[in-house]
Amino acid sequence: MKGGSVARLDNMSGDNGAGGPRRSRQAPLLVAPGDDLGDSGEYEAGHGVLAINGRLRALKQGRMNNRGGTVSIEPRRTSYVPRPSDLVIGYIEGCTSNIWFVDIGAPFNAILPMSLGPSKAEFGGIRKVLDIGDAILCRVQEVEENHSSVVTMKGMGLRAIRAGTVEEIDPHLLGRLIGRGGNNLRQLKEETECRVVAGDNGRVWLDGDLDGIINARDRLNALLTEAKIEEFGGEV
Amino acid sequence: MGGYGDVQCIDENGIRLDGRTKDEVRPVSIETGVVPVADGSARIRWGLNDCIAAVYGPMEAHPRKIQRQDRAVLDVRYNMAPFSTTDRIRPGFNRRSREISKVTAEALESVVLTELYPRSKIRVEIEIICAEAGTRCAGITAASVALAHAGIPMTDMVVSVASGKVHDIVVCDLNKEEDNYGEADLPMGILPNTGELVFLQMDGDLSPDQFQEAWDYNMEAAKVIHEEMVRALKGGGE
Repeated sequence: MKGGSVARLDNMSGDNGAGGPRRSRQAPLLVAPGDDLGDSGEYEAGHGVLAINGRLRALKQGRMNNRGGTVSIEPRRTSYVPRPSDLVIGYIEGCTSNIWFVDIGAPFNAILPMSLGPSKAEFGGIRKVLDIGDAILCRVQEVEENHSSVVTMKGMGLRAIRAGTVEEIDPHLLGRLIGRGGNNLRQLKEETECRVVAGDNGRVWLDGDLDGIINARDRLNALLTEAKIEEFGGEV
Repeated sequence: MGGYGDVQCIDENGIRLDGRTKDEVRPVSIETGVVPVADGSARIRWGLNDCIAAVYGPMEAHPRKIQRQDRAVLDVRYNMAPFSTTDRIRPGFNRRSREISKVTAEALESVVLTELYPRSKIRVEIEIICAEAGTRCAGITAASVALAHAGIPMTDMVVSVASGKVHDIVVCDLNKEEDNYGEADLPMGILPNTGELVFLQMDGDLSPDQFQEAWDYNMEAAKVIHEEMVRALKGGGE
């Protein structure tokens, strides 16, 4: 029952195989919640890290990164937490006379007021515009302290999704899907001849002909499997 | 805590019924990702104990009266399967499972950063598939790993282990016979990185020296189990 070596900034050196602060293409330093990551003096606590009594402590399971003096953890799993201006794909879950409730994959449903809907709707007749179960591409307009959020469909490209399919991935893997400067996403679009829209909540809209969608979906799954293996130090 | 009968749980050489010495822990193995539809899950096999924990959320807390405006609530449900022991257990909640659910939630609340998810609920389901002894400890440990696997931010993981007294000898990690016929047991929830305590119960009587001895056994056992928890999270499962 030997555990993996605990990643600490102050015990990393060439001698113990850690090779100093991480550069890309080195073996990932995996951490578990509670792992001590070293002295907080020189480093700042980033995502998934908390400074407690002058020491940095991991809060999540994942891969430790040290970029520009900020130590953060790229978690293995995340749940989506909405932020203003996020582009998200949601499903209509319910409605009142003038408000839709939208499942955006966050702990709480967002609301879409009639005034921010895709087209003019009559009071009491909003289900004629968007019905329960419909998928929409929308943007987070406002997030309150208690995590309630408001989404809008007023904006360029925001619409009801009437064609194609929606796939889901973990939000923290979006960076890998999009790639540096959007390279991976552009390549995916070109090679599958599909419209691909990646929402910040980890939902990806694929639209095109059937073969293209199937191809894009397979590539998406392959990319994510590869990312997961890579994250945890296996061979790709 | 029986104390009755004439069951010899430990011999004159200090060897217990299952062949362990008095400071030895039962074999522990943990795997993650055993419930694919859950946000996080873990299975622990600890001696003959077999326990699965699954975590869902954070999600909107229902009914609304359980919501807290400044933090999430942990909704823990501990249950023993009817077939988990030799005597069939009547399905459903009972006083024991309510108590264990409550102490488990309180132990886990001390490490989970609930304030990051106001008005939310994190659902933790613990199911005992096979019970030997120390199922509450197995449940808390499995729930800890499942929470970490679900990506819930927490300052440490809780390791729970119980030591106790059999024929006036303090032994580590009680098995079924020791639990049934022993004189005392001391389950503890330990934060292995800091050595802090988040949960402690005691059933039976221990002298201050025996209490200290049981405490030390638990602290040492926690390190062994924590290594396995970390191994499961860093390398195992989906």
